[in-house]
Amino acid sequence: MLLPLRKKILSLTLSICLCLVGPTAWADYTLNMHRGVTEISRGIYQLHMIIFWICVVVGIIVFSAMFYAIIWHRKSRGVTAAHFHENTTVEIIWTIIPFLILVGMAIPATELLIKMHDTARDSEYSIKVTGHQWFWEYEYLGTGVRFTSLLSTPQDQIKNRDIKGQNYLLEVDNHLIVPIGKKIRFLTTANDVVHSWWVPRLGIKKDAIPGFINEAWAIIEEPGIYRGQCAELCGINHGFMPIVVEAKTEEEFNTWLEAKKASPTSHPANTGNTP
Amino acid sequence: MNSYTTATHATTADAEHTHAHGPAPGLLRWVFTTNHKDIGTLYLWFSFIMFLFAGALIMGVRAELFKPGLQLMDPNFFNQLTTLHGLIMVFGAVMPAFVGLANWMIPLMIGAPDMALPRLNNWSFWILPFAFAILISTLFVEGSAPNFGWTFYAPLSSTYGPKSTDFFIFAIHLMGISSIMGAINIIATILNLRAPGMTFMKMPIFVWTWLITAFLLITVMPVLAGAVTMILMDRHFGTSFFNAGGGGDPVMFQHIFWFFGHPEVYIMILPSFGIMSEIIPTFSRKHLFGYTSMVYATSAIALLSFTVWAHHMFTTGLPIWGELYFMFATMLIAVPTGVKVFNWIATMFKGALTFETPMLFAVAFLIMFTIGGFSGLMLSIVPADYQYQDTYFVVAHFHYVLVPGAIFGIMAAVYYWLPKWTGHMYSETLGKFHFWLSAIALNVTFFPMHFLGLAGMPRRVPDYALQFADFNRIASTGAFVFGLSQLIFLYIVIKTIRGGEKATSRVWEGSHGLEWTIPSPAPYHTFTTPPQVD
Repeated sequence: MLLPLRKKILSLTLSICLCLVGPTAWADYTLNMHRGVTEISRGIYQLHMIIFWICVVVGIIVFSAMFYAIIWHRKSRGVTAAHFHENTTVEIIWTIIPFLILVGMAIPATELLIKMHDTARDSEYSIKVTGHQWFWEYEYLGTGVRFTSLLSTPQDQIKNRDIKGQNYLLEVDNHLIVPIGKKIRFLTTANDVVHSWWVPRLGIKKDAIPGFINEAWAIIEEPGIYRGQCAELCGINHGFMPIVVEAKTEEEFNTWLEAKKASPTSHPANTGNTP
Repeated sequence: MNSYTTATHATTADAEHTHAHGPAPGLLRWVFTTNHKDIGTLYLWFSFIMFLFAGALIMGVRAELFKPGLQLMDPNFFNQLTTLHGLIMVFGAVMPAFVGLANWMIPLMIGAPDMALPRLNNWSFWILPFAFAILISTLFVEGSAPNFGWTFYAPLSSTYGPKSTDFFIFAIHLMGISSIMGAINIIATILNLRAPGMTFMKMPIFVWTWLITAFLLITVMPVLAGAVTMILMDRHFGTSFFNAGGGGDPVMFQHIFWFFGHPEVYIMILPSFGIMSEIIPTFSRKHLFGYTSMVYATSAIALLSFTVWAHHMFTTGLPIWGELYFMFATMLIAVPTGVKVFNWIATMFKGALTFETPMLFAVAFLIMFTIGGFSGLMLSIVPADYQYQDTYFVVAHFHYVLVPGAIFGIMAAVYYWLPKWTGHMYSETLGKFHFWLSAIALNVTFFPMHFLGLAGMPRRVPDYALQFADFNRIASTGAFVFGLSQLIFLYIVIKTIRGGEKATSRVWEGSHGLEWTIPSPAPYHTFTTPPQVD
């Protein structure tokens, strides 16, 4: 009975694996967090990796002890059970060592957190980010420039009537244009329910909450397009209100801003785009 | 002292009613029963049905997420499925299963004739089917079922909630009443009905963990009731608790919810810790290592659970000192949790191990719960949490602690005590098949979710960008296998109830405790004369 069972399990595992290595290419997948393009996002990445490796080392030690017992202390090897059931010294040691490891983790985390909270000092641009059901609105404070940013993926792609584009669900009509090398302060709030403005490569995730203004900051180091999504369930089209940040050199940014100032300000529409 | 006098009363009462009687005939037995074993059985079957139902809901979600694009449902229905999956799994599957185990096992483990408050016991169970009928009926009402996630953040659930939110609120109130009554009953039983000689520090760890869990329940269920009542007031009586437009505070909702929600997480794991502390010593043929530190560690986890709630809210814009405090407090929980894991491993160390199905589930619990603990530790680090929050990394984390933690704990307990309940041994071959299928499928389902979260996939979205397609397909495949493999469990349980090899009263070679001194199946009335514990 045992053998066919093992065979069953084996064939099942195999068929699962086969199913997984499906037709689409694996080129695009990612296993880990991005380093991102700001000092903060790199700090987060490093912290994430430090804690990850500490967990891996602790895990290897703990699981080794466990598997040692599972392999060598089985009844089928003819062992008899020992009788010990407490040891104060050992128990004190394995209380104190984890505590010290935690202190070691807390120090770099605290340092980075203090840096992240330093939003107001020396910021050159302030952008107000307002969450709506279901789009974002951006306002460059002090310039009068204000516009909305809505999902631009066609309905046909979402409804599977058309081939999906490369930036499926991560594309919008109006990009948030920002300069590189300047400290930008993002002020998040919302007009209806709680949203969350998340751009992984900037290391920013801030809830946009009605009645509150939250702060985050970034100095983007290289030009590029950085995509993100709403991270807090905000109703039916929560999955359909992406964020696209486009970082340009300061000259390009200024040219864009002047042009935008000259053109009539686009105001938020009261209708979301419903897929 | 107290337990001794109670026991004396029980003995005199027993002398007056010398006629032994079994269950009443007919189906009404189940409606009117005040017997702890009957009520335990009702709880366990109810939770199993809810487990399969909530599992079926999430199969719909995983089917929709099998590939990018909207295939099977509109986003609103998707949100209803995730919401009801969460609510029913938490309140309908995990919590009633633990109360069922408590009903069956606590009187047997402490040598009591029944629960202390049998009529209350009947009522606390029979509220549940009505509560869940009300909740599930929202799928069929006009408009939409609750679609704001099981965390029902305001104002999405208050000002913007569908009409059925009121049904949801009433159902939560009923579930809360049921839980509070169940918890009162468990505390009253443990404090008053222990057999003579069973001091607190001689109680089985399962009884200890349930005593602590019951206190958590009594403390936080009223907080949840307050939260839903405030939502109700905001919806219908013109208040603005959570409505910023009226001077209210949406963040306050999250504080109140998570003041309930974090202890709730431990309500769903502490009884499992107790189960592990019964099963691992039995199959290691060795006493539990560090009984005293297990009791203290469990109490420490319970106390700390009241002080860490805002770690669910790091991105809401807490002031820096708030974030630092909640980070440090959360990290501290790793210490007592680590102590428990080390104690279980030390229990296995130099034992004489065998791996029957309950032990397999226990070892899987130990490994995967620890992995979930590691990702929990990562989540406690505030700067990193900014990237993890509300992504699939969180989904992976809490399913790694809840599925191997709570669900595997319950399954391990069922395999462990099923011979005592039914008098029959389950099929070890089928049990192992169920275990391996579940354990592999679980990892295929939830492990890739870590990668999805780190790569940037938010949770609670019905559709996703193309780079997430591969891991979603893997996760969905695993989920279908996991779901189907639970039907094997159903088959095994029914088969064992109907027949099988006769179980001895001891059942397991290494088992210890009062529940193994009575025959298998356990007679309808047990310990009418309290046993003497040395």
